[in-house]
Amino acid sequence: MAHTLSPPVAAEQHFVGSWQSRLLRSTLNNRNLTIGLLIITSLGLVALLAPWLAPHDPYLQNTANRMVPPIWHETGSWTHPLGTDRLGRDYLSRLIYGTRISLFIGLVVALISGLIGTTLGVLAGYFGGRVDAVVSYLLTTRLAMPVVLVALAMASLMGGSMLSVTLLLGLLLWDRFAVVARSATQQLRDAEYVQAAQALGCSLPYILLREVLPNIAGALIVVATLEVANAILLEATLSFLGMGVQPPSPSWGLMIAEGKAYMFFQPWVITIPGSALFILVLSINLLGDGLRDLSAPGGRNE
Amino acid sequence: MWAFVFKRTLIALSVALTISVLCFSLLQLSGDLALSIGGPEATAEQVEQIRVEYGLDRPVLEQFTTWLWGAVQLDFGRSYYYQSEVMDLVVERLPVTMTLGILALAIALGVSIPLGVVAALKRGSWIDRTAMAIAVTGQAMPNFWFGLTLIILFAVKLQWFPAAGSDSWQGFVLPAVALGYYATPAMMRLTRSGMLEVLEADYIRTARAKGLRTGTVIFKHALRNAVIPVVALAAVELGFMLGGSVVIETVFSLRGLGQLAWNAISRNDYPVVQAIVLIIALFYIVLTLLADILNAVLDPRLRAR
Repeated sequence: MAHTLSPPVAAEQHFVGSWQSRLLRSTLNNRNLTIGLLIITSLGLVALLAPWLAPHDPYLQNTANRMVPPIWHETGSWTHPLGTDRLGRDYLSRLIYGTRISLFIGLVVALISGLIGTTLGVLAGYFGGRVDAVVSYLLTTRLAMPVVLVALAMASLMGGSMLSVTLLLGLLLWDRFAVVARSATQQLRDAEYVQAAQALGCSLPYILLREVLPNIAGALIVVATLEVANAILLEATLSFLGMGVQPPSPSWGLMIAEGKAYMFFQPWVITIPGSALFILVLSINLLGDGLRDLSAPGGRNE
Repeated sequence: MWAFVFKRTLIALSVALTISVLCFSLLQLSGDLALSIGGPEATAEQVEQIRVEYGLDRPVLEQFTTWLWGAVQLDFGRSYYYQSEVMDLVVERLPVTMTLGILALAIALGVSIPLGVVAALKRGSWIDRTAMAIAVTGQAMPNFWFGLTLIILFAVKLQWFPAAGSDSWQGFVLPAVALGYYATPAMMRLTRSGMLEVLEADYIRTARAKGLRTGTVIFKHALRNAVIPVVALAAVELGFMLGGSVVIETVFSLRGLGQLAWNAISRNDYPVVQAIVLIIALFYIVLTLLADILNAVLDPRLRAR
């Protein structure tokens, strides 16, 4: 019975001594994963080092220098490589500081919703029966709520702020975590090592946290990347509609909203923050796709 | 079969009831309504009068049953801001949103199914890779920004379509593309993976072994089965699109339900917000119910679940 308790050991022995190099090799072979990781890491560094990287104060207004075009225009200058906004604030600096908002909200929302969804999903999958029925009901109800609309209405009630947006999205986006955790746990429920732990009289928290959770973590990490991307897009949407992060914060969604009035003659005011948003979300999705391929070898979207 | 339909309908009804409780709590959470209706200049007496007039002095449970009974009869009360029946506002705006949603779904289906089928048949080819690239970029594109970019390109630069308004059919093209593009990746991936799975099934091999033409095998045998989950997803996506119309309608200034919702939210006009959230949720509930039933009709194995 003892050897069935921890299948990871058996799996590791199978590739003894080589799992690190194997992981490295399959990571490098996976183009999506490499590109995604590369961009995410550099954007993470940009967020961390924002005070040193930003050429100007992102909040400093300068009415004499309004709507300076970016460097690729004839009238652009290196003082403001990406130009300035309608209040004369340096666009590059705002963009750099905006990375912090997007990444912070994405990560914290995924953490909150991951906690809620995983708990519900694991319990539903492990116990089945009535617990499963209740969780499924909660899930169906949650899915029937239009996320953008509910988030907008609630954010306007709570007063838009970074905190309220993070909490709201965290409370709304747990559905995919619950679905994946539930079905993954269902498959594990009858696994020999789980039954062995039950037979040995291990406590419930021990079984769920030490036997079940580590074995569904891979699937959950893939969901987490998707939800980080989703949360970043939703934050930008809420901020764009004026119910999210409030001015003068350099949220990318807010920058697009502020640039909207000028976009016909100076399209770069929305192209720049929009492209930043696109690149960030794209790289997170690539990372997620890559991780999924890694956890299911040979199964690329199949 | 009927037991299945009955059970699903029962679940759908109770979900609808739960949602209506949530919508009603939204109104309760929004603070003292009499004060917000009266405005900052109302005297204490006037506020009290409003409280009685709108029935806000009665117990919460009674207010809820009154509201729910009204909602069942499609009476959602009066709008604070527009000073007219909420249902009249909704009925006036609904056609724009429905047109937008159905057009967007048609675009999404029209792109994703052929592309998904070809990608699966010519696996690994440039078409497959292009399709995957579209899927990956589509999921990463913020739809409000995509909408604004479409306006800059096709309304300002090329002047093919108007940038705003729902007076003519041209006004619907850009918003429908912006809304539909977002649903395309998921449906295309599902068509592709469904086709790949089906093409390896025994009955397809049998059909091929019988000497049926490739076209017949693909369209009569494979596609029919591969498309089942896509139909279910399409229903769900239509529900999402009606919810997502709030963004696109605001970007393109379409006078639809979404724009009404946004205006109502920014003016604290909660009877309107409640009604729209409930109506869109009901659409979603009905659509998923229909998709479930349709799936069960097409695929008898699902009924057992």
